[in-house]
Amino acid sequence: MPSFVITEKCDGCKAQDKTACQYICPHDLMALDREKMKAYNQEPEQCWECFNCVKICPQQAVEVRGYSDFVPLGSSTIPLRGSDSIMWTIKFRSGLTKRFKFPIRTTVEGSVDAYAGKPEPDFATIKKPGFFNNPARTE
Amino acid sequence: MEKETCTFSYCQKPEVTEVDCDLLIMGGGMAGCGAAFEACRWANAKGLKVVLVDKAATDRSGAVAMGLSAINTYVGENKVADYVKYVRNDLMGIIREDLVFDLGRHVDDSVQLFEEWGLPIWKKGDDGFSMDGHQARDAGKASLKDGGTPVRTGKWQIMINGESYKVVVAEAAKKALETNRAATGMAQNHYERVFIVKAVMDKNGKNVAAAIGFSTRENKIYSFKAKAMLCATAGAVNCFRPRSVGEGMGRTWYPVFCAGSGYAFGMQAGAELTLMENRFVPARFKDGYGPVGAWFLFFKAKATDSYGEDYCANKEYFDDAVARYGDYAKNLGTAIRNHLMMRAMRDGKGPILMQTPAALEIISKTMKEKLGEKEGAKQVKHLEAEAWEDFLDMAIGQASLWAARNIEPDKVASEIMPTEPYLLGSHAGCAGFWVSGPGDLPGTPEHYTWGYNRMTTVPGLFMAGDVVGASGHKFSSGSHAEGRIAAKAALAYVLDNADYKPDPKLSLDEIAAELYLPFEIYEKYKVYTTDPMINPNYIGPKALQARLMKISDEYFGGCSTWYMTSKTMLEEGLRQLDMLKEDAGKMAAANLHELLRCFENYHRILSVEAHARHILFREESRYPGYYYRGDFNKIDDANWKCFTNSVYHADNNTWEFKKVPYVQMYP
Repeated sequence: MPSFVITEKCDGCKAQDKTACQYICPHDLMALDREKMKAYNQEPEQCWECFNCVKICPQQAVEVRGYSDFVPLGSSTIPLRGSDSIMWTIKFRSGLTKRFKFPIRTTVEGSVDAYAGKPEPDFATIKKPGFFNNPARTE
Repeated sequence: MEKETCTFSYCQKPEVTEVDCDLLIMGGGMAGCGAAFEACRWANAKGLKVVLVDKAATDRSGAVAMGLSAINTYVGENKVADYVKYVRNDLMGIIREDLVFDLGRHVDDSVQLFEEWGLPIWKKGDDGFSMDGHQARDAGKASLKDGGTPVRTGKWQIMINGESYKVVVAEAAKKALETNRAATGMAQNHYERVFIVKAVMDKNGKNVAAAIGFSTRENKIYSFKAKAMLCATAGAVNCFRPRSVGEGMGRTWYPVFCAGSGYAFGMQAGAELTLMENRFVPARFKDGYGPVGAWFLFFKAKATDSYGEDYCANKEYFDDAVARYGDYAKNLGTAIRNHLMMRAMRDGKGPILMQTPAALEIISKTMKEKLGEKEGAKQVKHLEAEAWEDFLDMAIGQASLWAARNIEPDKVASEIMPTEPYLLGSHAGCAGFWVSGPGDLPGTPEHYTWGYNRMTTVPGLFMAGDVVGASGHKFSSGSHAEGRIAAKAALAYVLDNADYKPDPKLSLDEIAAELYLPFEIYEKYKVYTTDPMINPNYIGPKALQARLMKISDEYFGGCSTWYMTSKTMLEEGLRQLDMLKEDAGKMAAANLHELLRCFENYHRILSVEAHARHILFREESRYPGYYYRGDFNKIDDANWKCFTNSVYHADNNTWEFKKVPYVQMYP
């Protein structure tokens, strides 16, 4: 479903060094109109509906409208991504609403220490099976 | 047609930057992140420089960009040899068993690292019910590494809370790259929003000396010179005309941004391909393309035709399948189940339905009998949330589509449908490059190994993930592990070839002229017409893609012919594709975004050409349910139980094909 930007809410990420949605979109879809200082989806028919722009927007200015080919109007899917879990509010066309909360990670964001407590590589094994930290299984 | 060239008479010349490194990793998805994590540890100790280039932002790039609800490859309590058997069965008997075994013996370490870094993994509770990653952590459940029991939905699959799967994996990769900067003094070794266009060969005629590309954010061109290169980019999507052709064109099953760039890179370097005829046509929830695995495996839902009949049990369909495809049909692998579904659809018995209400009714009844009315209802609610999470973690649009159509799965069955074709080598497909295996496994034939693990037939060019052929069913975890395997081998190659100095046969000026040609063409001709979209002098990226999709769909066995093709169809399609390829010399781009799309679509064209030529070479229907050769609609083991390998010669635009023997290494 193509993402869209709510005019009133988007501030062009003035306070940031780059616009969040433009930074994160895996398909280079989000663009910034420099005159209006508002973001927009420049190629809606290439949108994978991954919701990464929706999740990252500091203003909650980005939402998604169902693909016009096959999605009836009237529903909405809104995420609120926190530091360790995500909340979803799904509104049906009929008005029925469902809410879910799911974990997203068990550690603090940015806390990964790639090699802490891991062994140094053994160059005698560089052409053998196994990784620097563990041997391969045998069966 | 007259050839266009770029002399920067119309468009501005960009800044060109040369980056020197020891190992270049192209692609920042699961395989690329795995490669960076493993490579930097080895490289740091020797002061070797590792560089990763990603066309997007690594936090959310690659096939796991949206997230995932399961890890499909975790060997755990099973035997690696059984994993080989399962992959062989699903890929119709022809796989590189050395590569698959090698993957299976390594993959668990990556999954255990994901958990250590913070990926929530479901665990089995003491009451036998599943606990999500937070509940398991809070209850002090052991990690996988320490013998914790995951929740399996199939023999090889474990459930996760995977909304941030890629973010977590990227974090480790980025930290690893940071340590390499510290160890080598490089100012930068992680380039986001840089798109690699092609390989430039060395003057020595053997190696790839440089990978060249451009920034999608500023007018800057890069030439990355490296002693070894690892291509870890994705398969090819939106090559065939999709079922949704409006806005819904973006709602592909595999990510829409997979452009076959890795296939194109290796092909232009002359690396040997294998099984490029293979494709994947997943049966998914119609239009939204949400996953069906959890519904089949976890909720035990059944798929039937609209009359409630199990099309896989239809005697007429089944007997015909066995007559054509032999014992392969009896195993009811993914391709054969697709085939039987299509038979029912062609007979007008559709829509095909996933019978979700019946499955949930049984679950609800069992739970209430087991736990009593109140606790049972609570568990059912928990299960319902899990079903929604399956969509929300990896195909959010499917959840939205259910909401928009008022589909409550306990009340209404949902349509499933085979999608348009996809080319890939890490999911349930195996199209890619012919790479060297590890070489240490008993029974490995000589032609499976030529030095370094996962190296192509081009020295110093390695592959991992989607672009490795003949070893599918790696999925996310396997791609990460394979990135690590390949990166380690690539560094061994770098150490053995320490004296090699890449010497690209193109100058920086020539590189700039080639990459910015679509700008030059656009600027030169744009004023000729009142609407720059319609101009007889050039072709824009959207037109390139539309033409490619139409040719693929109509001649190479897309949806419109029910995946049917033949020698005559393929030959006509290839004639038209040849002209499209020639027209790509007149690609025009108005801005950096269009420049990206131009070259992405050129990569799609090359990927599809390889695919079509391979289908033409293999005179049988090895993958029924994915595609059919109408002129050879059977499996012919006597002549074709072998690999089909090809080499593309970019310099004179010719192809070479051969059969390569398949060897069964495991019972």
